[in-house]
Amino acid sequence: MTLPEGWELVVGMEVHTELLTKSKLFCGCENHFGSEPNTNICPICLGLPGSLPVLNKDAVELAMRIGMALNCTIAPSTFHRKNYFYPDQSKDYQISQYDLPINSNGFLNLPDGSQVTIERAHMEEDTGKSTHLGGSGRLAGADRSLVDYNRCGVPLVEIVSGPDIRSSEQARAYAAELRGILIATGASDGRLEEGSMRFDANVSVRKTGDPLGTRCEIKNLNSLRSLQRAIDYEAARQVELILEGGTVRQETRHWDEGLGETSTLRVKEDAEDYRYFREPDLTELVPDQPWQDRVRAALPPMPAARRAKLLERIPGATKAQEDAVAVVIDLDLEGYVNAAADAGAEIAIAVSRAANELAAGIDTLSNLTTDAFTQTVLMEAKGELSATQSKVVLGELLANGGDPKKIAAEKGFEQMSSDSLGATIDDIISKNPDEWQRYKDGDDKLSQFFVGQAMKQTQGKANGKAVIAELQLRK
Amino acid sequence: MKSAVEIANDVQTGATTAVAQLEASYAAIEARNAELNVFLHLDKDGARKIAEAVDARVAAGEKVGPLAGVPIAIKDNLCQTGIPTTCSSKILEGWKPPYNATVIDRLVAAGAVPVGKTNLDEFAMGSSTENSAFGPTRNPLDPSRVPGGSSGGSAAAVAGDMTSISLGSDTGGSIRQPAAFCGIVGMKPTYGLVSRYGLIAFASSLDQIGPFSKTVMDSAVLLEAIAGHDPLDSTSLPEPSPSLVSHVNDGVAGKRIGLVKELYEGADESVVNAVMGAVAVLKEAGAEIVELSIPELRLGLSAYYLIAPAEASSNLARFDGVRFGLRVDGEDVTAMMEATRTAGFGAEVKRRIMLGTYALSAGYYDAYYGQALKVRTLTINAFKKAYAQADMLIGATTPGVAFKFGAKSDPMEMYLNDVFTIPTNLAGDPAVSVSFGKGEENLPIGVQLLGPGRSEASLYAAARVLEIADGRS
Amino acid sequence: MSSPLSRDDVAKVAKLARLRLTEEELTTFTGQLSGVLEHANDMNSLDLSALEPTSNPFGLTNVTREDVIWKSLDREAVLAEAPDAQDGRFAVPRILGEAP
Repeated sequence: MTLPEGWELVVGMEVHTELLTKSKLFCGCENHFGSEPNTNICPICLGLPGSLPVLNKDAVELAMRIGMALNCTIAPSTFHRKNYFYPDQSKDYQISQYDLPINSNGFLNLPDGSQVTIERAHMEEDTGKSTHLGGSGRLAGADRSLVDYNRCGVPLVEIVSGPDIRSSEQARAYAAELRGILIATGASDGRLEEGSMRFDANVSVRKTGDPLGTRCEIKNLNSLRSLQRAIDYEAARQVELILEGGTVRQETRHWDEGLGETSTLRVKEDAEDYRYFREPDLTELVPDQPWQDRVRAALPPMPAARRAKLLERIPGATKAQEDAVAVVIDLDLEGYVNAAADAGAEIAIAVSRAANELAAGIDTLSNLTTDAFTQTVLMEAKGELSATQSKVVLGELLANGGDPKKIAAEKGFEQMSSDSLGATIDDIISKNPDEWQRYKDGDDKLSQFFVGQAMKQTQGKANGKAVIAELQLRK
Repeated sequence: MKSAVEIANDVQTGATTAVAQLEASYAAIEARNAELNVFLHLDKDGARKIAEAVDARVAAGEKVGPLAGVPIAIKDNLCQTGIPTTCSSKILEGWKPPYNATVIDRLVAAGAVPVGKTNLDEFAMGSSTENSAFGPTRNPLDPSRVPGGSSGGSAAAVAGDMTSISLGSDTGGSIRQPAAFCGIVGMKPTYGLVSRYGLIAFASSLDQIGPFSKTVMDSAVLLEAIAGHDPLDSTSLPEPSPSLVSHVNDGVAGKRIGLVKELYEGADESVVNAVMGAVAVLKEAGAEIVELSIPELRLGLSAYYLIAPAEASSNLARFDGVRFGLRVDGEDVTAMMEATRTAGFGAEVKRRIMLGTYALSAGYYDAYYGQALKVRTLTINAFKKAYAQADMLIGATTPGVAFKFGAKSDPMEMYLNDVFTIPTNLAGDPAVSVSFGKGEENLPIGVQLLGPGRSEASLYAAARVLEIADGRS
Repeated sequence: MSSPLSRDDVAKVAKLARLRLTEEELTTFTGQLSGVLEHANDMNSLDLSALEPTSNPFGLTNVTREDVIWKSLDREAVLAEAPDAQDGRFAVPRILGEAP
């Protein structure tokens, strides 16, 4: 979406991610999504009187990994209490880093070459979850609510970007790239649908060149799609409001995915006085150089580096191939691609099959060995399977596993002899004399026409490369 | 009444049994509790099981701990399974914690037998135990007077010969002041020496659990049993429990003891005389007396009455009627929380919650809470300077002897009673109050010995010298 | 700072702390809290800008625990202590607004 001429969108993102630790941030209760309500609770995460928090070392190291992956400075940090009464928060305060976060001053480079600054990435604890009874089952209109504290105390890192994002597409790209990084660091499973990653967007608009406009914070963005839609909606709303002579009010707004609208949740005047102060029950965190070095040494390569490395094997890659590589990295499929390429298969074919067929069958990927993938791609590269046949074989492997050669044989994908292919080509040429003439005159694009015709006549058994070879022979 | 050391020895040698000691303790409690209101809850069945287990081990010839079969009273802000923990507040009336405070487990491991929970000022906020929702505790030495507070029940249990030892907690003097008023020994250990896990927090950066006893030796034995690193408390000092018992009779020869003007000036004449008497005794025992002035200590009261309420306002937020304790219904969750807290907290608790909320709120943080944290730094620096000139410091524990009920109705007047005890809490250092001399109406006076972090052994040695000179054991 | 606290301040603070005060309590508390804050004037008149604040007496650092799972509490026992429970959860009256 584009704003009217002369207007500019400004977005800053706040991304919360749950950390993939075994236990919670301040206690040994299991950090697990989907347990029976209130079965992962203890005196500490339930905020029972007399209990005290003790910081989970792995959570600290995952937070450090995130900071390192986002090029942040890792500095001595402290925890504060953010005081506000709310039933899903067992102590009626949240332990969060405040003025001294563990990670600050970083940046994230996006695939399109743009850069977004990372102001901070700090640790805090998650809250419990409420279910609402009566009314429509939503908070508004409910008679009564039920609280489950399983999620209370789960470790979170909140990643706050600078107001550097200028389009909803860029916001989406930022969120997607960040998600890839969080997964690569091992800090997050990136499961948006389970709420293990959550987005808030601070959206404002301004006339190009003006100072920053008043921002609204959009909450309840549960997917990349809703993030992009909500920003588009909100930007349009703000521009329209201003053009009608109104002013944007600083507030928190709720995105309704069904209605495709944002609506006021809370205006700034209602903001709580959180009375932040140092959490006296926790000590200062001072990651010394050896500790940082140990964490850094264990940090796996990030998606951008992995993409670049794979693209090195595809000189002169097209935009489509770059996109396919991004999918391969995003889905962690480069093991398949590299194995096939190392065995001598054409890497472009391997990337394409991985980004399409493997991506489509990702849920049953465990059925497919790298060896089976390699064999299939090799067969396709050698012309023993057509592209269509190769896709069928991969589909079968993903569904049930097995031996690609056997599957090809069972499906009747035996190689056409060159004699029988030659006869087919002769037949096609005789039926399409005009096209043949133009092809002979140098219109190479027509090769695809003949390949298509050959596929049609052989019900997909023909190999595209073999067809072109036969055409060349007859030129 | 026999000391804890004597009881444990008798239990170990078979001269008595843990069960017999427990029964004697319950008999003593029964005789005076109606009058004094010392215990809020007794755990007769649980205690009996623990005592029987101790006796079984003795009978089997096994080694039992240093507090084998010793009945002990527990301040009711320490969590213990099986019986209620209420903090003397209606908001927690009847609440049974599902876990033990670390000190409870350590006591039981040392052979001690927790008999029940003692009265306190609600959430340990007070200096007289008059702020209990379950009625005041009376001073066993003079039931018309307060036992001090906030650990008034635990002090009275020992002074009233119901148990030989007890546990209290000290945030601004809540062990030392009642020890002084009840004529016994009360130690506030170094911050972090005793785990706070399971102590219902008043002010987390100041709270510390410590022992009451009739004798210095019992105090050392009890503290040794509960001290030492606990992984459940992040502020727990990393070292194991220090050796204290072996130093009780070290004496003070060659020690430099600083007599601090700001720690007795303004006190009653009898109190000042007692301090001077104690100084003379220590000098006679070979200590070198250095007269010091630490004017910064005068600021402690102001800093304390902002820092402690600020932390308390947050620590007490969880009492909201959702997960445990009292709930008073309301139309919506906010109304329910308000109704619950309004009905559940007493006036002093409300006062401090509001004071702390104000001190932390936007626009006032720097002027009050922020400034108080800097005064805390100032206090710590001033103590450090003093400890360069002296090994330990001496002063009064309280400005006067135990006062009558209702004598201090104005909060500020009550707060001023803590003026000598507060600075140590701000610094996190240890201090012990030992009974020395008598004041008006023959009531006991407490002399306070203060030292740098982890100097408990030296403080006990000096306290022991005063104890002997005062004519006790 | 003289008489630093008004009735309105106390009313606002009580609301923040989820406490309800009667008119009479409001008057009493305003006087008492003002008294404490006035006493703090001795501290407020000092220039302590050169000092760092102390939040905790001994500056321990990096106290952490290993990421291991321990046994959680028994749900039924915990809910038995709750003022109201339903379907394995803690029950509360309706919540008026989203969490901040």
